[in-house]
Amino acid sequence: MARKILVLGETKENELRNVSFEAIAAAHKAAEGGEVVGVLFGEGAASHAEAMIQHGADRVIVSEMDELKQYTTDAYMQAMEQVCEEEQAEGLVIGHTSSGKDLAPRLSRKLSSGLITDCVEIEGEGTNAQYIRPVYSGKAFEKIKMEDGFLFITIRPNNIPALEADSSRSGNIDTKTFTISNLRTIIKEVVKKSTGGIDLAEANIIVAGGRGVKSAEGFKPLEELAGVLGAAIGASRGACDADYCDYALQIGQTGKVVTPDLYIAAGISGAIQHLAGMSNSKVIVAINKDPEAPIFEVADYGIVGDLFDVIPALTEEFKKVTAS
Amino acid sequence: MNIFVLMKRTFDTEEKIIIENGRIDEEGAEFIVNPYDEYALEEAIVLKEAHGGEITVVTVGEEEAEKELRTALAMGADKAVLLNMEDMDEAIDHYTIGEVLTAYFKDQEADIILGGNVAVDDGAGQVASRLAEGLQMNQVTTITKLDIEGTKVTIERDVEGDVEIVETSLPLLVTCQQGLNDPRYPSLPGIMKAKKKPLETIDFDDLDLDEEEIAAKTTTTDRFLPPEKGAGKILEGSTESQAQQLVELLKSEAKVI
Repeated sequence: MARKILVLGETKENELRNVSFEAIAAAHKAAEGGEVVGVLFGEGAASHAEAMIQHGADRVIVSEMDELKQYTTDAYMQAMEQVCEEEQAEGLVIGHTSSGKDLAPRLSRKLSSGLITDCVEIEGEGTNAQYIRPVYSGKAFEKIKMEDGFLFITIRPNNIPALEADSSRSGNIDTKTFTISNLRTIIKEVVKKSTGGIDLAEANIIVAGGRGVKSAEGFKPLEELAGVLGAAIGASRGACDADYCDYALQIGQTGKVVTPDLYIAAGISGAIQHLAGMSNSKVIVAINKDPEAPIFEVADYGIVGDLFDVIPALTEEFKKVTAS
Repeated sequence: MNIFVLMKRTFDTEEKIIIENGRIDEEGAEFIVNPYDEYALEEAIVLKEAHGGEITVVTVGEEEAEKELRTALAMGADKAVLLNMEDMDEAIDHYTIGEVLTAYFKDQEADIILGGNVAVDDGAGQVASRLAEGLQMNQVTTITKLDIEGTKVTIERDVEGDVEIVETSLPLLVTCQQGLNDPRYPSLPGIMKAKKKPLETIDFDDLDLDEEEIAAKTTTTDRFLPPEKGAGKILEGSTESQAQQLVELLKSEAKVI
């Protein structure tokens, strides 16, 4: 049965995040031919609405109200509640991002709905769809079905493929204002720790360093390799704890959870806390001096050796490939 | 200050996971206080030391969770409450737990409620925010620093690696992220004292909730392990040769570059 599903898109540094497109694809599966309506808030929202339509949204609701410029729980709760009410939507898909994680459970309670967070795959369609999500730090998966009623899921970035952009698609873009009051939390400042460039959560290739890089300086060869590959740089908790890099780069249970196509782990032993953040990557390459390191158990390809020899050699080889 | 901590007893995810017929085999497994809830407990103790007051640790579960509640009491909580679900006949999910907690907290007049940002077993991260909404309470999630002066609260929170500095006020619910503090271990005197601290059990039936109304809205139909990965290829030869082989394999076999 066709049903109307909303997708809350998300921008970061004035770019629409990929997960917004992936959420549209997910919404189409749940909608079973029903309407998929994009929702986008904040500065420049209207200018990104077209991209949501090209990727499969049938129309988009935008708001550039000052109160929605930055994500805050109270403002987004009130705006989304009004959108859900006006649209009489039968479902909502949000990215499992920092703001998505903050908003979804609270909004779900408001809507008296169930919620399935962190979905990585959808099996079947419409009301029969089942949602697959990792549990036990990625060591297992569960398959969940939503009972009748409002369908509400958050999806992990980089897992559910987005639809191909189609520039011939068109749809309405409606600008709305909402009643927003009583904002209890004020954002004073955002201290940027991430390096900019490629977003770790959405990167296709990640080059990550662990304690084996030995110093902040030791990340240099990794950065060179990442430059050649167009990859993002990540790190294990060990490297962050040792102050070789900022916590913004941390991948793991307590850092970011990533699922790139290619994950190159250099000098990372592979503690469970790290594996939880990356073991579902499509292809894993491990480079470590210790042949017994647990990282080799999850690796598709392993090189036992000193990363300071192996990484520069790899950089040279990749240069040859990318040049040809 | 009336301080509450939400605690979950979880399967230790460092354990090997065995699944039989779609269920996780918990036989002989190790159970622990959810590591993120330990940050919440530690922060509660720090708050009490600075501002005075009382710490109540609350869990939703069954009798076996008393062990983890005692651990929390040994760390420094003053009393513990088990919301016992044994009498609930309907299926339970995060929606249910949120409603049960809301029913309990309606009469508590909490100044601050602290929880972990996620539980390491199911990784859903739902219950704390559901409770905040149930109580119409202000929420700030994934916090890494907390300062309270009177009712004014300054918080640093982790936003995908960046730090957001926010100002807000009590009453407040927060979820705790790694980096907030280093949780203490229960001391021997702490463990002895914990045995005498009050641990109250409230049966589901006493919470004035309609079983059917709060029954689960989601159903887990299966659990499974990730497809077994064949043993990875360990590349041999000189460094140059290994690099060549790897690039070739990534190109022609794995097809990721």
